[in-house]
Amino acid sequence: MTSKQKGWKEIPIAGVCWTPTTEYLTGDWRTFKPVPDLQKCNKCLLCYVYCPDGAIEWKREAEKIEFNYNYCKGCGICANECRQEAIKMVRE
Amino acid sequence: MTVVKQKLLALSGDEAVAYAVKQSDVDVVAAYPITPQTIIVEKFSEYVHNGEVDTEFICVESEHSALTACLAAAATGARTFTASASAGLALMHEILYVTSGCRAPVVMTIVNRALSAPINIHCDHADSMVERDASWIQIYVENSQEAYDSTIQAFKIAEHPDILLPAMVMLDAFFLSHTLESVNVLLDATVREFVGTRKIPLVRSHEGKLVPFKLDPKNPVTMGPLDLYDYYFEHKKQQEEAMQRALQTIKQVHDEYGEISGRRYGNGLIDPYRLEDADIAAICVGSTAGTTKVVVDQLRAKGVKAGLLRLRTYRPFPSQDLREALENVKAIAVMDRSNSFGAYGGPIFHEVRHVLYDAPTRPQVVNYIYGLGGRDMPQTLIHEIYKDLQKIVKTKRVEKPVQFIGVRE
Repeated sequence: MTSKQKGWKEIPIAGVCWTPTTEYLTGDWRTFKPVPDLQKCNKCLLCYVYCPDGAIEWKREAEKIEFNYNYCKGCGICANECRQEAIKMVRE
Repeated sequence: MTVVKQKLLALSGDEAVAYAVKQSDVDVVAAYPITPQTIIVEKFSEYVHNGEVDTEFICVESEHSALTACLAAAATGARTFTASASAGLALMHEILYVTSGCRAPVVMTIVNRALSAPINIHCDHADSMVERDASWIQIYVENSQEAYDSTIQAFKIAEHPDILLPAMVMLDAFFLSHTLESVNVLLDATVREFVGTRKIPLVRSHEGKLVPFKLDPKNPVTMGPLDLYDYYFEHKKQQEEAMQRALQTIKQVHDEYGEISGRRYGNGLIDPYRLEDADIAAICVGSTAGTTKVVVDQLRAKGVKAGLLRLRTYRPFPSQDLREALENVKAIAVMDRSNSFGAYGGPIFHEVRHVLYDAPTRPQVVNYIYGLGGRDMPQTLIHEIYKDLQKIVKTKRVEKPVQFIGVRE
């Protein structure tokens, strides 16, 4: 246990979160990494809708999707749902 | 002390509980019927139907759902109540831990009934004793009057900002639940003032703000999330600390209530009867204490220094009060209306004997398992127990530390 962790007197009761859950970088759970082929992508954003972790971002300026690998756990749902077969799961 | 105006009503134990809940300004009741608890929620549903309360009454498909609904309602800051017994409580088992872990101060009446099989609807304490580790406050009552009084107190104890733990009030099936008794009830306004509105403490949220500890879209908080080896242990330590603080809060609320009602049950934790100079004493919870007091009086009339300690609060366990009350008694019989199969005696025996291990006087402590499945516990059997204790004092020898009493060979 690191000294940075708080003691029972310091934390809220009932497991109430005192920091945002985004502090947990869950991307390191990943074995397979989704890699988009932007040539094939028709920007339907089905992947964005299906992603259970909200780890796919729509970049308005660049008009393209982008994966946030800090939180993508590599579940592969996006690749499975993509009608264009524009997402490949690649072993890390 | 100014004892307020009260009304004398003829109520069964279940009706007395329903009446207390009616007066306690409860926001949500979710319940599923099970004998011998049914009358409580049946009676309460009448109050709802007649518009005597503005409680949201949720009919659910099981006890698991009943407690889940109460937990969720309590998490939004509502005052909540449910009641169950036996298999119903067993079905709630999982959610009992979720409720206490979420620090939701749900109040629940348990009408103690034996667990199946064979199926039995009568009184024993197996159903609630098995839940002693669930981080719920447990209060066992002796009569319907105390069931009424303790239900009102339970809201104030559970919801106390220093405690925030759910509480169970136990009454004996049929002996209390279905038996008519004279019960003094306070006026509606008195109870409402005593319980007050639920006070919600502040917690630090994930946004770094201090917000009320309740589910509220305006001030979002997360309760009961995934909590692994890094913090789960700390949260359990917090629950233990709250339990220990509850010893004081139970006494305090019991005192405040005593001031208004003129009724006290020992110090709220233990309720001793003719114990001060006793050489021998029995310990029990629930309605058996009433019969035992009669036996104690009979023995005292014959010059036997007999006493009784009724354990009112079982969780948190009043170790210090118990030790101080019993250290000068020479022989003690713990009466358990439930059995821990394969163990060395019943659950109350385990803890009483364990606590007395630290007493320098080390009284002899023996155990009697009695009354399972509603088997009657008459004065004659209680006399046998005190006779055994007298023999132990005389011979300084214990022949059978643990035995069943009232069972046929």
